[in-house]
Amino acid sequence: MISKDEILHVAALANLKFQDDEVDSFVNQLDKIVNMESKLSSVDTTGIKPTYNMGDTNTVFREDKGVHTQTREQMLENVPEVDNNLIKVPTIVDKEDDE
Amino acid sequence: MNFETTIGLEVHVELKTKSKMYSPSPVAYGAESNINTNVIDFGFPGTLPTVNKNGYRLGVMVALALNAEIEHHTHFDRKNYFYPDNPKAYQITQQDKPLGHDGYIEIEVDGEKKKIGVEELHVEEDAGKNTHGNNGYSYVDLNRQGTPLIEIVSKPDMHSPEEAYQYLENLRKIVQFTGASDVKMEEGSMRVDTNISIRPVGSDTYGTKVELKNLNSFNHVKLGLAYEEKRQAAILKQDGKIGQETRRFDEKTGETFLMRVKSGADDYRYFPEPDLPDFDISPDWIAEIKAGLPETAAKRRERYINELGIPEYDAGVLTDTKEMSDFFDEAVSYKANPKLVSNWLMGEVNAYLNEKRIGLLDTKLTPEHLAKMINLISDGTISSKIAKKVFKETITNGTEPEEWVKSKGLVQESDPAVLKPMILEILDNNQQSIDDFKNGKDRAVGFLVGQIMKQTHGQANPKVVNKILMAELKSR
Repeated sequence: MISKDEILHVAALANLKFQDDEVDSFVNQLDKIVNMESKLSSVDTTGIKPTYNMGDTNTVFREDKGVHTQTREQMLENVPEVDNNLIKVPTIVDKEDDE
Repeated sequence: MNFETTIGLEVHVELKTKSKMYSPSPVAYGAESNINTNVIDFGFPGTLPTVNKNGYRLGVMVALALNAEIEHHTHFDRKNYFYPDNPKAYQITQQDKPLGHDGYIEIEVDGEKKKIGVEELHVEEDAGKNTHGNNGYSYVDLNRQGTPLIEIVSKPDMHSPEEAYQYLENLRKIVQFTGASDVKMEEGSMRVDTNISIRPVGSDTYGTKVELKNLNSFNHVKLGLAYEEKRQAAILKQDGKIGQETRRFDEKTGETFLMRVKSGADDYRYFPEPDLPDFDISPDWIAEIKAGLPETAAKRRERYINELGIPEYDAGVLTDTKEMSDFFDEAVSYKANPKLVSNWLMGEVNAYLNEKRIGLLDTKLTPEHLAKMINLISDGTISSKIAKKVFKETITNGTEPEEWVKSKGLVQESDPAVLKPMILEILDNNQQSIDDFKNGKDRAVGFLVGQIMKQTHGQANPKVVNKILMAELKSR
């Protein structure tokens, strides 16, 4: 059974906020989905190599050449607010890792 | 109660490629804002990443240089998090099958050699750069977004700040000499995160780990860790509890302060990157990369001592950076006397760099010019006094020494046929000095040499002058 706390945790990770009744309905819905998926765990996969990718290609490298595929003007065209060629965004203060 | 310290380090190093790890955008330090970006770096829907072969190759080089095993079958993973400097909202990394594992770095502290384990190394991409305004807004430059990085994760094998310092110093040197990265803390091409915990001696469980950030130099790492050791010990001695937290080092006070308390482990929801295929890293390719590894700092040092007769200490200084060592090797390749090249690099050149606070490659001095200048001294064309003038001209203006010496008329006068009449005349005019010399006053010789130098504007060859002068003095 999936818990309300798990739903709230996943919502927080996804930067989403819900009303209480929405959370309850997600508990229901996700519980069904997770239960269905968990049937897969009943298959014995001992000795079977994991599949990481579904594609049929393998080991595709790109040569190291610097190329401008778009111009800066093109890239900044869809940016809501540009300041001095920088992307202006509301400050997020409760995270780290910026420098 | 006595405590034992446990330190683990995570080091990010930018790999020196022309393009980004998963996009063909150019990589350049200090470029105009957002100039080197494309739809992949911006995380546009429908775009697909591709893996930079050279980026991976440089990663393997670093792993091999750190004595690690290379993973033969690998894939990439997504690490999910929200932050404006990473518009995809995930970083492509190698969580499950890192590029390399189980390496080590040798360090020496207080004469004792020790191997520090490298748990694993993986390639990943850097994030963009956020600048916070004081108006509630931040400004994002995505040039750095996607720059290839290798993360080097140590084992918790270090037990003192000094060991951590040595580990970083040796790591920097090893990586730098592979040529895979500039490893410059000041330009952000090397970044260090540390974990430190302490426990009572004899305890078999680790203490609570504290993460230390904002360490902008190896020295800050050492100071920050030393402060943490003391802070944590003081808490434990008063029966307090160490919080699981991230702390920041303040370089002004030398103290660490709380940045945030960690509530449970980070949840990055890693999963295999579906936009990239699996990768087989062939033993042939690994062998080829291994065969192409440049000479290490340690090997160069040995060669300087054993083959070129450079004193041990000097050989250590010359191999401290790849820049310096490459410069030395190239100058020697122009047939300049290695000892003289070494003396000039460690003496005049270093003094100049320190005075101007610049790096060797920021000057106009070339290995060829330094070698030519030294050869002019060696073959007696210029005196070492004149050489200082030549050096100044060459290092500031990039002037070719031979031509300059000729055009300025600085060639040393070594011809006895020219020097002897001058010396005789000076002796004739300074009977007092001759008398002083006869009375055992050696200072008189210095005075006479000075007179000759004055008359030749410093261009007389001191050796030749000395020889003629002494013979003449004795015969009078």
